[in-house]
Amino acid sequence: MSDPLLRVEDVVKTFPVRSSSLFDREHAVVHAVDGVSLEVMPGETVGLVGETGCGKSTLARCIARLYPLTSGKVWFQGKDISNLSRGDLRPVRRDIQMIFQDPYGSLNPRRRVGSIIGDPFTIHGIGSRKEIKTKVQDLMETVGLNPEHYNRFPAEFSGGQRQRIGVARALALRPKLVICDEPVSALDVSIQAQIINLLIDLQDDFGLTYVFISHDLSVVRHVSDRIAVMYLGKIAEVSTADDLFGTTRHPYSRALLSALPLPDPDVADSRERIVLVGDLPSPTNPPTGCRFHTRCPKAQHDCVVTDPPLEPVFDDPPTHRTACLHPLAVGEDLALAVPHIEDSEIVADDTTEGGAPLTERS
Amino acid sequence: MALLEVRDLRVAFNTPDGVVEAVRGLSFDVERGTTLAIVGESGSGKSVATQTITGLTRGARISGSARFDDTELIGASTKVLQKIRGNRIGMIFQDPLSSLHPYYKVGWQIVEMIRAHDHRISTAAARQRAAHLLSLVGIPRAESRIDDYPHQFSGGMRQRVMIAMAMALDPDLLIADEPTTALDVTVQAQVLEVMRNLQEQYGTAIILITHDLGVVAEMSDEVVVMYAGAVMEKGARRTIFYDHHHPYTEGLLASLPAQGDIGARLTPIAGAPPSLISLPAGCPFAPRCRYAFDLCWKETPPLAEVYDDPTHLSSCWLSSNREMRHLDREHADETDAQAQAAEPEEWSA
Repeated sequence: MSDPLLRVEDVVKTFPVRSSSLFDREHAVVHAVDGVSLEVMPGETVGLVGETGCGKSTLARCIARLYPLTSGKVWFQGKDISNLSRGDLRPVRRDIQMIFQDPYGSLNPRRRVGSIIGDPFTIHGIGSRKEIKTKVQDLMETVGLNPEHYNRFPAEFSGGQRQRIGVARALALRPKLVICDEPVSALDVSIQAQIINLLIDLQDDFGLTYVFISHDLSVVRHVSDRIAVMYLGKIAEVSTADDLFGTTRHPYSRALLSALPLPDPDVADSRERIVLVGDLPSPTNPPTGCRFHTRCPKAQHDCVVTDPPLEPVFDDPPTHRTACLHPLAVGEDLALAVPHIEDSEIVADDTTEGGAPLTERS
Repeated sequence: MALLEVRDLRVAFNTPDGVVEAVRGLSFDVERGTTLAIVGESGSGKSVATQTITGLTRGARISGSARFDDTELIGASTKVLQKIRGNRIGMIFQDPLSSLHPYYKVGWQIVEMIRAHDHRISTAAARQRAAHLLSLVGIPRAESRIDDYPHQFSGGMRQRVMIAMAMALDPDLLIADEPTTALDVTVQAQVLEVMRNLQEQYGTAIILITHDLGVVAEMSDEVVVMYAGAVMEKGARRTIFYDHHHPYTEGLLASLPAQGDIGARLTPIAGAPPSLISLPAGCPFAPRCRYAFDLCWKETPPLAEVYDDPTHLSSCWLSSNREMRHLDREHADETDAQAQAAEPEEWSA
């Protein structure tokens, strides 16, 4: 087995919240990422899924060192990059690139496409102007853009084509790791498929490693070898894509999977639907113990106090790790579960309280 | 008679770049107590169409007809429309934060809406009704939360408030324009559940506008597939998913990541949607269609019955016979495979 390309070790990232009150001395802190460890092997695609505010984008930005870490370590190719200075980071940045969600916001509207894609070469001082132009035109062809459109502005391209521009820019320096942060979420379905295909092809051609972030489980499942499900800044469950969908262990993963609307009426009519209670608790004041206990259909007393470690449960292989004290057995029906927990035990802020009955079968 | 009958609706806007034909001859019916899903990608005209029906498009050139329970809505006076909106047609939109006034308490906004339509109801009674509505859509401790401001609610809760408001006067029709697009999947499941329960309880008809085929599969009775301002295909839910005729519907479904096909290339629709300014003659989908032939570029196909099913309509020149259509598909698969073997991929349009 080879060494991991990327190793994330107990990464914590907090953001201070500016208080509206002048006299509020206790400054609140958002725990965006709270102790995440993850390994990414070369050539692999690791999907990060979770709902808004689960910290998946923050984690990505910590890996790319766009944010300084609050604590923890990021190892890239065996080298600790978590405390490198800006200058020392520069060579590392050639190898770690990002593709962003919004193909409109991530391209400067006043610059020509050729110079946007050529930026990485200019910044890293690679090649003469003429060489850069050839390289850029090659790249444009690689990602399926017409190289003759070198001098056009981003506004002259459609959403899907702009995302191709973003991909070309990320690929310019032949990176090893590409972090895709919701790369297809802003695109229409028919265009989404074009970009996913492009990413799959490029991975084969250039041996890329992807960290693929999306809230869309069907997309993540399609591209990922392994998937990490995040909830409130922590990994709830991580495993191969097949195992996650086949033997789902964490109640949150199960709820997330069951909430995904499937484009198949027969399946939609027949399957069990688990409707979770309430909303995501605030990350400024996350629940004690297991963070999911406020919404979990299987919550017990110990969930309120004990923060479960991320480890294999039952007879799962070491690749399948779950942070849950009462994981789901194979074939267990989550819809029948009843939490054994007093309401008074749940300490949560006001917006988190749920409405609909706890779980429902439909 | 259907609750809402839309016939040949056309909406065009004058813009500095030319006339944008946002909706080009849209016809559909909504039956009482059922859900009609309108699916389409951005710019297909699905939102403009329903906004026009409720009189919310300004400065547009509108023609056609939309009869709601014997009242013609197109060209109706503001007074008539105001009576129907809220009272008989409720509406919810994508972004629940910008649909609520940030300065006023949620309860006040619902009470105001109830009283605007029912002058005889007392404030106290209206307030009681508002609280009841909030608990109906699953907001806990509704009596106290009624005095909260919109910012004190989460996204999913705000959308519940919007649904409560839209349902306040027990409308016959609820128009939901991408009601869950801004929400996370688990919250989306909650909101869809609320809508389903209310429909069961009150027999409300729903027009559900969405781009998410998963939501369509879960919620709809009938489906209208729109592209470039026109209906491409229309039929019962299962028909659209399992027995579709139109190449666009086929392409949309094929481009979704399938289960159990991990890492495989997807089958996208080539190219991009057309500009709605000066659309050329012929079928709007022809440039992206793998079946397109001479006629498709010259004449726009009518929306006609296919597969001998009077409820299944498709706007396509391909054969309306199921076996013939199947042969077309096989033939196209073969030619595509040959073409792919012969030359590398084209640049994207």
